[in-house]
Amino acid sequence: MSQVLFFIAAIGALTGAIGVVMLRNPFYSVLALVVHLIALAALFLLLRAEFVAAAQVVVYAGAVMVLYVFVVAYIGGADEPLTRGGAALKILGPLFALAVAIELCIAVLGSALKGISGKGAPYVPGFGTPAHIGTLFLTTYLFPFEAASLVLLVSAVGAVVLARRRRGLEDIDEREERRFHPARPAYTGTMAESTGHVPMQPPESAGNGNGHAPEPEPEPEPVGEPQ
Amino acid sequence: MPIGWYLVLSALIFCIGAAGVLTRPNPLVILLCLELMLNAANLSLVAFSRMWGGEDGQVFALIVMVVAACEVTVGLGLIVAIYRRQMAINVDELNELHG
Repeated sequence: MSQVLFFIAAIGALTGAIGVVMLRNPFYSVLALVVHLIALAALFLLLRAEFVAAAQVVVYAGAVMVLYVFVVAYIGGADEPLTRGGAALKILGPLFALAVAIELCIAVLGSALKGISGKGAPYVPGFGTPAHIGTLFLTTYLFPFEAASLVLLVSAVGAVVLARRRRGLEDIDEREERRFHPARPAYTGTMAESTGHVPMQPPESAGNGNGHAPEPEPEPEPVGEPQ
Repeated sequence: MPIGWYLVLSALIFCIGAAGVLTRPNPLVILLCLELMLNAANLSLVAFSRMWGGEDGQVFALIVMVVAACEVTVGLGLIVAIYRRQMAINVDELNELHG
């Protein structure tokens, strides 16, 4: 039974992986990766890693793939050529991958290690449950756990800084619109502005004192008296 | 199933991902292929954890998933920034830094 499940999940994982590489449309590549991740979660369950399997489905196939789908929908997933570069890379890339695959298979299957030909350690109840993983995370691996949370925070802030709307990158009518909103110094914008939301009231006293205003002469507006 | 089969499967997935990284022109698909390679490493980590009988390998796999999520976030932010500057989303044309 477990062999049948292994082969079904392995064929699913390999099909998904080949689909990621061979499909022309990036949107279909993302969907193939979802298939691959779910098959991989089944393999994790076969290896008695239930918490990792659940995290794989929820975090990867759920959250990260939604991020991918949004970005593909944003930048437009059109069909594209499969390969790049010259003829040398076109031949040598898959050839290199094939050589590494053959080498790794020889190394794994031809080794005389006794551990990898058995079915592993005897199963004890509770192996791989959230309780055991959590105990390990909070005792032995406390420092990597905290470091991982810090890395997540830094990458979230970095993604917001990278992908937000910046001055000088917008097109002409947005620049016209910006004449009524004088520029602030860098990194003082709000998150609402980074998503393109324009406040209703033009800020009156912003931008004085830093010399970054894009218009050298002020607007001939009749009522604007900065307080 | 013997643990060796899982390792062979992990090697095959890793090499498919490596071939994709080497040949695809779209940075988005290159990120997807990086995910494939990280997942192959995850599979072998979990297989070794099963072989050894301790959960340490699964903890490593979870940390790898966290790092992969961070890499995806920053990479997709970069791709969105490239798209905002109306540059081609193609790793062969993004070559201003190649010296």
